Amino acid sequence: MTHGNGTRGIFGSAIKRREDPKLITGRAKYTDDLQLPGMAYAAILRSPFAHARIRHIDTSQALALEGVLAVFTAQDVEEAGIPGVVPVGWLLPTLKTPAHPILAKDRVRYVGDAVAVVVAEDRYTAHDALEAIQVDYEPLAAVADVRQAVEPGAPAVHEEAPDNVAFTWEIGDREGTDTAFQQAAHVAKLDIVNNRLIPNAMEPRAALADFDPATGELTLYMTTQNPHIHRLLMSLASIGLPEHKIRVVAPEVGGGFGSKIHHYVDEAIVSFASMKLGRPVKWTATRTETYQTDAHGRDHVTTAEMAIDGEGKILGVRVNTYAAMGAYLSTFAPAVPTYLYGTLLSGEYDIPHIYCHVTGVFTHTTPVDAYRGAGRPEATLVIERLVDECAHLAGMDPVELRRRNFVPPDKFPYQTQVALVYDSGNYEAALEKALEKVDYQQFRREQEEARRQGRYLGIGFSTYIEACGLAPSALVGQLGAQAGQWESAVVRVHPTGKVTVYSGSSGHGQGHETTFAQIVAAELGVPYEDVEIVEGDTEAIPHGWGTYGSRSAAVGGSAIATAARRVVDKAKKIAAHLLEAAEEDIVFEDGKFYVKGSPDQAKTLAEVSLQAYLAHNLPKGLEPALEATAFYDPANFVFPFGTHVAIVEVDPETGQVELKRYVAVDDVGNVINPLIVDGQIHGGIAQGVGQALYEGAVYDESGNLVTGTMLDYAVPKAHFLPAFETDRTVTPCPHNPLGVKGVGEAGTIASTAAVVNAVVDALRPFGVTHLNPPVTAEKVWKAIHGA
Amino acid sequence: MIPPKFDYHRPTSVQEAVQLLQSSPEAKVLAGGHSLIPLMKLRLAAPAAVIDIGRIPDLRGIQALDSGELRIGACTTHHEIATSQAVQRAAPLLAEAAAQIGDRQVRYRGTIGGNLAHADPASDLPAVVVALNATLQAEGPQGSRSIPAAEFFVDLMTTTLQPGEILTQIRVPALGQGTGSCYLKFEHPASGYALCGAAAIVSLNPDGSCAQARLCFNGVSARPVDAAAVAQALVGSDLSDGAIDAAVEDHLRVPDPVGDIHASASYRQELAKALGKRALKAARDRARG
Repeated sequence: MTHGNGTRGIFGSAIKRREDPKLITGRAKYTDDLQLPGMAYAAILRSPFAHARIRHIDTSQALALEGVLAVFTAQDVEEAGIPGVVPVGWLLPTLKTPAHPILAKDRVRYVGDAVAVVVAEDRYTAHDALEAIQVDYEPLAAVADVRQAVEPGAPAVHEEAPDNVAFTWEIGDREGTDTAFQQAAHVAKLDIVNNRLIPNAMEPRAALADFDPATGELTLYMTTQNPHIHRLLMSLASIGLPEHKIRVVAPEVGGGFGSKIHHYVDEAIVSFASMKLGRPVKWTATRTETYQTDAHGRDHVTTAEMAIDGEGKILGVRVNTYAAMGAYLSTFAPAVPTYLYGTLLSGEYDIPHIYCHVTGVFTHTTPVDAYRGAGRPEATLVIERLVDECAHLAGMDPVELRRRNFVPPDKFPYQTQVALVYDSGNYEAALEKALEKVDYQQFRREQEEARRQGRYLGIGFSTYIEACGLAPSALVGQLGAQAGQWESAVVRVHPTGKVTVYSGSSGHGQGHETTFAQIVAAELGVPYEDVEIVEGDTEAIPHGWGTYGSRSAAVGGSAIATAARRVVDKAKKIAAHLLEAAEEDIVFEDGKFYVKGSPDQAKTLAEVSLQAYLAHNLPKGLEPALEATAFYDPANFVFPFGTHVAIVEVDPETGQVELKRYVAVDDVGNVINPLIVDGQIHGGIAQGVGQALYEGAVYDESGNLVTGTMLDYAVPKAHFLPAFETDRTVTPCPHNPLGVKGVGEAGTIASTAAVVNAVVDALRPFGVTHLNPPVTAEKVWKAIHGA
Repeated sequence: MIPPKFDYHRPTSVQEAVQLLQSSPEAKVLAGGHSLIPLMKLRLAAPAAVIDIGRIPDLRGIQALDSGELRIGACTTHHEIATSQAVQRAAPLLAEAAAQIGDRQVRYRGTIGGNLAHADPASDLPAVVVALNATLQAEGPQGSRSIPAAEFFVDLMTTTLQPGEILTQIRVPALGQGTGSCYLKFEHPASGYALCGAAAIVSLNPDGSCAQARLCFNGVSARPVDAAAVAQALVGSDLSDGAIDAAVEDHLRVPDPVGDIHASASYRQELAKALGKRALKAARDRARG
């Protein structure tokens, strides 16, 4: 397939990702690949205790080691007079906000809490020196479990929250919901655990800080999904340099899944060290540090109820959730179990009454924050499990119960009882397509036959909805965000007609260089190869918010399209002038401007651009050059949805769950690149299957992370997974210029619930009604054998 | 992930390796490095010196004697064993187990000698060499000695190798005619190590009844478990599914079963029952051809 000769159809074309050759041949430059003259290496001493008082730190032996340049502790930070904290970026009315110092002062609160930093001439010496630092700890009682942490007498993580309650929050109509439950024919009640997950980006976090004492400027290369947020928080709260003296660069970033959104102490520590030493300082996390310090995901304990009437219509949903925050409030942690969770509890259903109460809880564990899906997989698991359980109680087919409760296509925009306004949707269409692909009735017959032979097959549905591309900024601000939710773009046409695009999005594996170029090639009618995408450098890109929450296509892409359309508007004025015609008579088509009816007398965009820069002959009053900037603030969230179906077989002798088939029908609106969309869905499904069957962080009674390595914590491997069968329906987003929605998290949001539902379906003959993820073989075996 | 400093030696003969080990008792022997290096990177092991025996030519390769016995150099990789026609002919159980170790990268670097000397109870080879009645050859300052596999494994990560001794060769007798074998593993999804691994060997009499049987397990105890009572119960039986199920149900006892965050002791015993039955049935079917 060639695309250089024209741009018709480039939007929507399954071209291969242009970034892949450099990534798969090892030529891409990641933070840890960077070498600067005079660079030193940092290693961070981390608390081995979940909770302890620091009586004394003796760094003298470490400092005496050859090659050690410095050892810094909280005392040095204090003496430097910098703010020295990492802040929380989302506030709730009841939120307690104890300070999170970049190096622990007096007290450590989780295994991995940063206590001191060694800077040395090489990485080995830095790590040797860690062992030479003497810390006199007084170990204190710790609590790692979210429910135990709110029991009376539990050890307090922070003095500011003696009961460990970080916040309480509610949404919906409590009394109305209670009343609705009194009318119920059936009430499903489940105790649901959303297991704690550990992100595992292929590239560990890293930071290289280069402070120039001559200019007073700090350049910080780091593994970030959002360089501008890091620049802002670094300036405001961590090191106190003015924002215009800080440049944050994201080199190639090898995956994030949310874990590289957050502002961690580590990048502030190396920046502080570089400022103190006047030398570049690099730190790269070991995988052990990744496990201990990358913000974890999920960790909810929930009591959930759903009431239905005699016909299977949902009357109400009541949810009470305890959500772990960990030892400190990570950047966007308070938003995840609240505005990204409670607001999703209507699912795809027309539910008249919903009430949700959430308690955010401090525990002596790694902080918890957004991890792929962030709140929405948790909500989907709750709702989709309840729907299945209701169907079971009512003796109905779970598909039929879903159908009876879908928000019908003619009811959009649909106001849910939990704040969101769904702008569009056609849920039954996606469901029907999925049913056809799995041949549902045939499966039920096979299932029955298999059961007679002692084989246990199960099918699980997840008819999910996702709200992503958080918006608009004003609304999100009212909800507590300390960040805007628009995105910036600059589209610059060079005199030769080549194009450079500067985006405030910050890709880290999503394929922006490809999809964004496809958008611009389509908008400007230039060859795809003529468009270059620049991201991830606060010096090159004016402002922006980055890549998270499946916002890059919907928000970043919309900003790019808007800027490109402004370029066309300006070019049209110049073309009209050159063609001596009125602007409204100019047609723009396939990258050419011509007067209506005279397509042979056309000016190409390159010709117009050259004139724009020569400025010899421009319309009166028009500025030279051909570029445009957009700051696009969306009118609403976007709402991807779909139906995922998992088919499993359970081995009753070992409890092993085999995922035999996985069908995903997703509606992500208009598709820019089907190959990339499928890739995102595939990866998302795999991560959700991970939560369903394998993953789960385990802390012991003392707060030690016992699943602290890849030997102990199972991420799904390729051979655990079947070939996914994907398909789509297309319901374009009605409010953005491209009609696109998000796709990065959809797979994860849907798949955990589908797989858990499938396992429970397989185990119905044993009287099993619920299993909490991860549904390990042993858990299944015990459920079957009543052990 | 960043090990402390250590000295590195690369001897070219077994004799030199033994001398080095004698002169630096704090040293660790490195073969394929797939057990030792991760421990060093986590700073759980910090040997003063590493003696790399991986490039000693005498320690590599597979030799099949006329008797059918295999002589396998300790530094032969899992990949070489899994794909060796000689091993597949004489001791297919060993090839089948070697092919299930870790992943491709591990199999290309990890070695049989390193694996056995490390004595990780969740590893795949210990129960297999016990089931095969292999003999392990060790070289030390006092010379060479032979250790029957059944006597080699003492406890978790502990063998009868003496300080200063290096495991040099594994001798595996060939399985006879009318014999089938099978290695089945229930792996932990993270590590790929065996929560339970079952090694079964079944030999048939001309009338199809059971002449001999072996059933050994990895992963369920601190050392390989030889379920001799199950094997005994099967001898003379018709090896029907019912006979196998009954032998396992009635006679399988796991001494000191291990339980940890990955699997409880009771669940591991259930896995041993399920996998033991399946491995015996598969071995029987293969013996019948």
